[in-house]
Amino acid sequence: METFQFNFGPWSNQSKLGSKNPIIVGVVGSGNLEVLVEEVDLKGRTQFSLETSIDGFEQTWQAVLSDFAEQKRFANTLITINDGGATPAVVQLRLAQAAQQWKETP
Amino acid sequence: MTKWNTLKLNLVQRLERARTITNNKYVSPEDIVRLLELVIEPGDKICIEGNNQKHADFLSQSLAAVNNQIIYNLHIVQSNIALPAHLDIFEKKIAKKLDFCYSGEQGVRLGKLIKEGLIEVGAIHTYLELYSRYFVDLTPRVSFIAAQSADPQGNLYTGPNTEDTPPIVEATAFKNGIVIAQVNEIVENVPRIDVPSDWVTFIVKAPKNHYIEPIFTRDPALITEVQILMAMMVIKGIYIPYEINRLNHGIGFDTAAIELILPTYGEALGLKGKVCEYMSVNPCPTLIPAIESGFIKNIHCAGSELGMEDYVAARPDIFFTGPDGSLRSNRAFCQLAGHYADLFIGSTLQIDTEGNSSTATLNRIAGFGGAPNFGSDSRGRRHASKAWLKAGEESMHPGKSVIPRGRKLVVQMVETFKDKMQATFVDKLDAWQLMEDFQLSIPPIMIYGDDVTHLVTEEGIAHLHRCSNLAEREQAIRGVAGYTPVGLARNKKVVEELISKKIIQRPIDLDIDPRRATRNLLAARSIKDLVFWSDGLYKPPKRFRNW
Amino acid sequence: MERNTMRLENISGLYESSARERISLILDTASFQEILPPSRRISSPHLKTLGMPIAFDDGIVIGEGLLEGGKVFCAAQEPGFMGGSVGEVHGAKLTGLLERAAIEKPAAVILILDTGGVRLHEANAGLIAISEIQRALFKARSMGVVVIAISAGSNGIYGGIGIVARCCDYVLITEQGRLSVSGPEVIESQKGVEEFDARDKALVWRTMGGKHRYLQNEAQAYTKDSIENIRATIAAYFGKPVPLSLEELLRQHKSLGQRLEKFRDCTDALDIWAKMGIQNPDQIPGLDDESFIAIANRVRDHD
Repeated sequence: METFQFNFGPWSNQSKLGSKNPIIVGVVGSGNLEVLVEEVDLKGRTQFSLETSIDGFEQTWQAVLSDFAEQKRFANTLITINDGGATPAVVQLRLAQAAQQWKETP
Repeated sequence: MTKWNTLKLNLVQRLERARTITNNKYVSPEDIVRLLELVIEPGDKICIEGNNQKHADFLSQSLAAVNNQIIYNLHIVQSNIALPAHLDIFEKKIAKKLDFCYSGEQGVRLGKLIKEGLIEVGAIHTYLELYSRYFVDLTPRVSFIAAQSADPQGNLYTGPNTEDTPPIVEATAFKNGIVIAQVNEIVENVPRIDVPSDWVTFIVKAPKNHYIEPIFTRDPALITEVQILMAMMVIKGIYIPYEINRLNHGIGFDTAAIELILPTYGEALGLKGKVCEYMSVNPCPTLIPAIESGFIKNIHCAGSELGMEDYVAARPDIFFTGPDGSLRSNRAFCQLAGHYADLFIGSTLQIDTEGNSSTATLNRIAGFGGAPNFGSDSRGRRHASKAWLKAGEESMHPGKSVIPRGRKLVVQMVETFKDKMQATFVDKLDAWQLMEDFQLSIPPIMIYGDDVTHLVTEEGIAHLHRCSNLAEREQAIRGVAGYTPVGLARNKKVVEELISKKIIQRPIDLDIDPRRATRNLLAARSIKDLVFWSDGLYKPPKRFRNW
Repeated sequence: MERNTMRLENISGLYESSARERISLILDTASFQEILPPSRRISSPHLKTLGMPIAFDDGIVIGEGLLEGGKVFCAAQEPGFMGGSVGEVHGAKLTGLLERAAIEKPAAVILILDTGGVRLHEANAGLIAISEIQRALFKARSMGVVVIAISAGSNGIYGGIGIVARCCDYVLITEQGRLSVSGPEVIESQKGVEEFDARDKALVWRTMGGKHRYLQNEAQAYTKDSIENIRATIAAYFGKPVPLSLEELLRQHKSLGQRLEKFRDCTDALDIWAKMGIQNPDQIPGLDDESFIAIANRVRDHD
């Protein structure tokens, strides 16, 4: 098991910190992952905290999450991931689902 | 004085010897080994039928039981090394030389025996190549075939799994060779005559029915969202713009996903009657919904598929069936049709930065099977179609000839990472190592990069044929290689240009929302759903059923 | 053409859905309020020490909501996480939900179960959890709360949770659902493949699957895997708790004794079905839901 933390931003599009409800997407199974998204005061940053069952892919995670963070620019957003060995394809799909749900969350 | 009928004279001698066992075509199972010792001679070329489905397994086991003081130095010419008995004959020094096409599970043992010097490999072929050589310099002297039934006269019925029998018998029987058939049963009247008795030398009723492996059945329950996303891209990004109507699907879950979203996604896009009407492919159960929905008009099959017999017989407008009503498959003709189709699409294990792909893995001699016949441009083709002309036009580049010609679409469909985070894209294929280890003349490449027109990953479609040179092609590949090391090493600027030139199309460029790629898009999500689609005609083998 | 449209309806039943999807499908729209949601991070302490990935809800979603306007408590096991198995936290959540039900007395507690049983990685804690769940379950039932177990998922309901399911007032099962205690592989490894071939899926479903369980009245309801049907079946149980009395217990024991007598010599479910008066028992597994229900309702004992 490996644990990582990545920080991106801060982004300039910060809106007032409200009380957005957390959302969760995905299931921790083999080749799958769960993504928990929460609003946290991070001075405008996006922070990823993740635990993965497959060792040795820090760079891959860095690249995938960096692209996602740059694209979405979610300020004050903590994204926590429990990973059961998903490929980047599945990770991106779950992140996209999470992003969509997060946007729709009041 | 030159003798011109030596083969015939020799045949007569062999048949003379066989008269101690039988005075007609029929041989009892207990006598088979002795028969083989009498009618085979050292150094003979032997073909044992068996591709990836039916196998002449009883005859193969019997060959492995002959006395190697009587029979030795045999030269095996057969398409598949699939059964342990196929290799036992080499270990027992009954056979020495081998020309073949494909070995699946036996690949590791095959590799081992080659290294130990017990097998001398002539060459590894594709199916069409080997069938062709049956008529050139690898004509079998004795062939073992498998048939469903025989009548008292010796006519054979090969039924839905006719497969490779026709070229094997044609080459052997018409060069004064010996054809030995194992059958499941002997009947008064065969439903139809697939092999006339004239062409058959000996028949044995095998103690057990020849085994047939259901290798073309893909359970829809195992299709993933990523495969569905790629299927959507293929339909929107390739089948529609090129109007693909004559094609071959390489067997796999990726292509099964395409088949299963035709009635839903394809229907919504108004594609019925516009794409996928003519297919050269085995009767895969996952085709059922597309057939029932009216998408597919005609299918020619290389073999059959366990459980599909009744369904096929009930759809004679779609399939090739005999006057008896059952399927007649023919691998050689199916491969030929596929060779000249407008498009081939399939998956692979490894791709390098030129687009060469290989399923070769270390220590395993797998061979080629039929993929290269489908997965290559058919430069002998002359008749035009929209797809062929469009791809051909798009392939013209400065510095190349201005002679217009068409081009077959060869599509490779892969996820950037396989199981356990193994990257599909590599800098150097394992095939090179294999070439060294086994002293092959060339690395075993399944599909050459310069034959590939389109590369599809979950990241997008790369139109490789529209790249003007190797360097551009390399960046196009890296551009869809995602987060693999090969992908991360891309030249970002060049890739951006390729995207603006539409040489790389991502889902967003194709107006596809990846979140729509859910299993709800599948017309059938389980084997049971397929049975329901077929009105109960599809009868899945036991291993696929929980009822 | 009509038939084709029917086939394409893609009724998203429970079978392929995740635990969260199941709850949102079964309960009235947007009525679910989760208790101990993932953001609370109440997860397994044991898996961490074993170096295994955790899930923030430990593989079970619990909470309250509405079904056809009636207040219900609901729990759904996530089949994709560790086979839906019961660990310490997972079990405690289920226990807590049932204990709360005894106090708040909702119209029903709906348990959407999909599990292999105890999580072996947390063996002792899991086993203790099973007994705590049972105690809380009976407490809730003794207060008149209707508890309904649903088996519609790919893991089936096995192990200690199989026992828990039969402690509920009602079990609702679908064709793909299963209900038993020992799993097929366990039986095969203990008793040999001649006794039970775990790879013979037709045998497994004949023995432990929805149709047989319904015919035996181990499951009181059998429905097509359609959300509409399942909701309607659940709602029909509101206000109909099965009495927890000595009388009821004795009645059930008597009925079990009679079953044992009647089917003592049967070696396969097919024999049982034949003895129940079904004309063509071998056709039962392949029958569509409607036809099966019609036949079953004619021959099965029901209370």
